[in-house]
Amino acid sequence: MSDALPVVEVEGLVRRFGELTAVDGVSFEVRRGEIFGFLGPNGAGKSTTIKILATLLEPTAGRAAIAGHDVVREPLRVREAIGIIFQDNSLDDRLTADQNLYIHSLLYDLPRDVYRARADALLEMVDLTERRKGLVRTYSGGMRRRLEIARGLLHRPEVLFLDEPTVGLDPQTRSAMWQHVLRVRDEGNVTVFMTTHYLDEAEHCDRIAIIDHGRVVALGSPEELKRQVGGDVMVVGASAAEDVARDIGERYCVDVTRADDGLRFQVDDGATFIPRLTADFQGRISSVSVHRPTLDDVFLKLTGRAIREEEATSKDQLRMVARAFGRGRRR
Amino acid sequence: MRPARVAKVVYAIWYRETVRFARERTRWLGMITQPLFYLVLVGYGISSSMAFRQAPSGPGVSYLAFMYPGILGMSILFMSLFSAIGIIWDREFGFLKEVLVAPAPRWAAAAGKALGIATVVTLQTTVLLLLAPIAHVALGAAMVVETLAVAAAIGFTLGCLGILVAGRMQSLESFQLVMNVMTLPMFFLSGALYPLTGLPGWLSALAHVDPLTYGVDALRNVIYQDGPMRALVQYPVGVDLAVLGAAAIVLAMAAAWSFETQRS
Repeated sequence: MSDALPVVEVEGLVRRFGELTAVDGVSFEVRRGEIFGFLGPNGAGKSTTIKILATLLEPTAGRAAIAGHDVVREPLRVREAIGIIFQDNSLDDRLTADQNLYIHSLLYDLPRDVYRARADALLEMVDLTERRKGLVRTYSGGMRRRLEIARGLLHRPEVLFLDEPTVGLDPQTRSAMWQHVLRVRDEGNVTVFMTTHYLDEAEHCDRIAIIDHGRVVALGSPEELKRQVGGDVMVVGASAAEDVARDIGERYCVDVTRADDGLRFQVDDGATFIPRLTADFQGRISSVSVHRPTLDDVFLKLTGRAIREEEATSKDQLRMVARAFGRGRRR
Repeated sequence: MRPARVAKVVYAIWYRETVRFARERTRWLGMITQPLFYLVLVGYGISSSMAFRQAPSGPGVSYLAFMYPGILGMSILFMSLFSAIGIIWDREFGFLKEVLVAPAPRWAAAAGKALGIATVVTLQTTVLLLLAPIAHVALGAAMVVETLAVAAAIGFTLGCLGILVAGRMQSLESFQLVMNVMTLPMFFLSGALYPLTGLPGWLSALAHVDPLTYGVDALRNVIYQDGPMRALVQYPVGVDLAVLGAAAIVLAMAAAWSFETQRS
């Protein structure tokens, strides 16, 4: 297959659950060898899309193909071509790392010698060689994720799906995870498709699709998307926020958005704008800050809402607890 | 799908089931203590306070001896349904997804699970044969082999029943419900604790559709091949095995369907 063909093709994908439309006409393509990110708040339709691509869920309408195979008509071919790391751990924690990999090799029909050589190399790559004979339930959250990556790559998939790969991990482990993901892409020659609601993670991607309410609202490299915002982002604090917002909008012809941290709007050059603003609004504003646009600003501009970065949903918190306690509640 | 490919998938799930079982010491402990409690606490209690009216006369005849094959059947029932329920845990906590996204036929995974359950049940029955002296049952080589074979057959059949149910259940909450509405009636109606001959018609009808009835009767057939206890065997062993075999085939197909079409 030529490198020029997209490895993931999605066209007009729709998935409804009764009245709810979780995925509402999503189209995009993922190029071979890139790290492609799906960025959006919880409930935006990211996991549903991944489930459709992984053949676990049928689309209501539209089509999707991976490595040229249609996800509805050729599910087995698609499953051979993909590796998946789910949001929730799918290892058997009552078995060792080796045993988990061995079962995977049987399910994917790998010859024994191929499995042995690859398992050694992959465990080395994710730094688990020394713990390979240890029960997974004794692993930390980060170790489990690394083992899942090794397992997901064991059958040499063309696309590796990562569904919220770092939810529930501490910041240090998160950044280590990213080193591993980048290495996987470079050494394993794999296309990486990931979902995240962490903005700093989306920055690592080659291209991202921003998804909201089941629709792709923007698609491009992080730099391209940030350029859409244009100029610098001003954040202004004011007690009479409503009046100040209206006056700023009228005086400078800008769109002012009220966010949690203050009034936000964009200007071409923040550094020279600050003195003008402070002179014009003397006594009416309490603080001014300026920053280069972030993906959060992109999201805010496109949807009028912010993706709050560290906002953990109750389910995420449960996951963290589950990981911290090694899921000891299982029988 | 090549047969070797299918065999690998069956083996993968069988391997997981047996390795996990071998490692869990608490299950080994529970597996021995529960039947022991039934035999000693229930068996002695009942036989010392009530007359066993249907018992024939002769040496070695006692309620305990009658109950022993029933307790084997009970242990097999609990173990196989409990193991099959593991599918719901796997769905809740992840491992099932590993199986469902693999390019492997799901029915083969279900078959591996059922065979794994049959293996675990056979190991369990081997251990429980050590309790035979309590029930004054004399063990012989042929009898042991036949008992284990029947145990494996019951385990496979009930394992398929468990997979059928687990494939349809969505939540852990339903676990308790199913354990109560399925396990206990199946156990009590199987003739494990009392002969089914004197039952009222409607209860007797229910007992006849309980696959464990034929399993327990098959166990009595092979454990009491001669002597006075044979009077308490209900059917010829051929009938027991034929019904069990038919149930196994039907339930295996239903289990494969249920596992194949489950929601992920």
